[in-house]
Amino acid sequence: MRHEVIEKSVTLMMVLIVCAVSVGGLIEIIPLMMDSEVTEPAEGIEVYSPLRLAGRDVYIREGCYNCHSQQIRPFRSETERYGPYSVAGEFVYDRPFQFGSKRTGPDLARVGGRYSDDWHYLHMVDPRVLVPESNMPGYPWLADRLVDANLVVSKLQTLKTLGDPYTDEQITNAPAELDGKTEMDALIAYLQGLGTNRSNRR
Amino acid sequence: MTDFWHWFIAAGTILFVVWCVWLVQWSGKQGPANKADEELVGHKWDGDLEEWNNPAPRWWLYLYFITIIFAVGYMVAYPGLGTFEGTLGWSQQGQYDAEMEAAAARYEPIYERFAAMPFDELKANNDAHQLGKSLYASYCTTCHGSDARGAVGYPNLTDDDWLYGNAEQQIITSISRGRNGIMPALGAALGGDAGIDNMVTYVRSLSGLEDADADAMSAQPMYVALCSACHGVNGEGNQMLGGPNLTDDIWLYGASVDDVRTTIVNGRNAMMPAHQNLLGDKRLRILAAYVGSLSERQ
Repeated sequence: MRHEVIEKSVTLMMVLIVCAVSVGGLIEIIPLMMDSEVTEPAEGIEVYSPLRLAGRDVYIREGCYNCHSQQIRPFRSETERYGPYSVAGEFVYDRPFQFGSKRTGPDLARVGGRYSDDWHYLHMVDPRVLVPESNMPGYPWLADRLVDANLVVSKLQTLKTLGDPYTDEQITNAPAELDGKTEMDALIAYLQGLGTNRSNRR
Repeated sequence: MTDFWHWFIAAGTILFVVWCVWLVQWSGKQGPANKADEELVGHKWDGDLEEWNNPAPRWWLYLYFITIIFAVGYMVAYPGLGTFEGTLGWSQQGQYDAEMEAAAARYEPIYERFAAMPFDELKANNDAHQLGKSLYASYCTTCHGSDARGAVGYPNLTDDDWLYGNAEQQIITSISRGRNGIMPALGAALGGDAGIDNMVTYVRSLSGLEDADADAMSAQPMYVALCSACHGVNGEGNQMLGGPNLTDDIWLYGASVDDVRTTIVNGRNAMMPAHQNLLGDKRLRILAAYVGSLSERQ
């Protein structure tokens, strides 16, 4: 039988396994990368402002995604609580996206505007001041650390190279915009813009 | 999705299924009934245990064919081949809409019934109270607390002190449009530490926390000039503006000398977000009745 040839050659077997498993990727993933619904921004979605971009990186650094998802699934139980379900075009400027896979805390995909800036500040410093039952850790140091404007400028340039539509003006104005801003300001700005592209109208 | 990618997906999927059928078929071919020794795979265990190079058992292959038949049926019934929508017309959006419609049919009559009920009756109604309680748990607990007793800067809803009033329209407006309570920073206007100290003592004396001496009373004209527009000439507050009553023992930002001082020097900025879009009219009114009833039910 000819399969003996495959079974006795590890290299040939590996090559054929790779071919077999990549069929799924070719058919399911490649067409999505070409689909405008996935690659074009949804209505109202704009590139992250320098401050929000810095906040997003704080979000990632502090591991917020470990407890908070950013993806509302199309079920009533989710849209009742969090607002309209998420669509692919809302994540085109997320590198990488912050869908997350665990909800120890609530989903944050549409948290923008749900609370005041002051609320976020107090809640980030010590969540139990506002929500006694909360088991979220406090992040008080964010209020003491300044955003590194130079780093943000290089990130903006990198993202521009990758095709995000930042204007040169946005990049040159970034250091002024970030002057004196703490990581807390940045994170709050990031959160306050999440999901506000779409109204929560009932 | 462009035509090219539609055909890419559809053709790729179909070819893969055809290939699977061929593979299962091919590997299922039986060898001759009487095998020659060279068709042994070549291992030998325990001296005389050897293995024929046999194909997989029939029943095993049939399982493969069953999954392939299922896959074909699935792709005919459901969307899977590019832009082909499937004969059942199922879609994620459709399933979501159906779920929402079923919920509306079930719950709307309940909301409808409460929408017609006078506010006082709504406050006393136990079913509405339960409904309001779950709405409260979803939308309000993060600031006002699960026991509705608030936090520093976030009003306690169980006491009978109402910044913006507890009439039907006042509560509804607070929830639907939100509130923005701004206390300006007055440190500079009070002319130095002595002026600030006197004002702190005067403000605290309004509710009897301290006795106002002559120094403190010297802040009264300044109080009338700077504070009375919102807090009233006698500190009784103003619900039109959300200016807190300073004569009671309820202090949103704390009553200590330091707290009052911070409030006066730096100002405060309280913000209740608007909830009209999140709740809609009917739910909002039930929630308003629940909130309004909290202080009455204690």
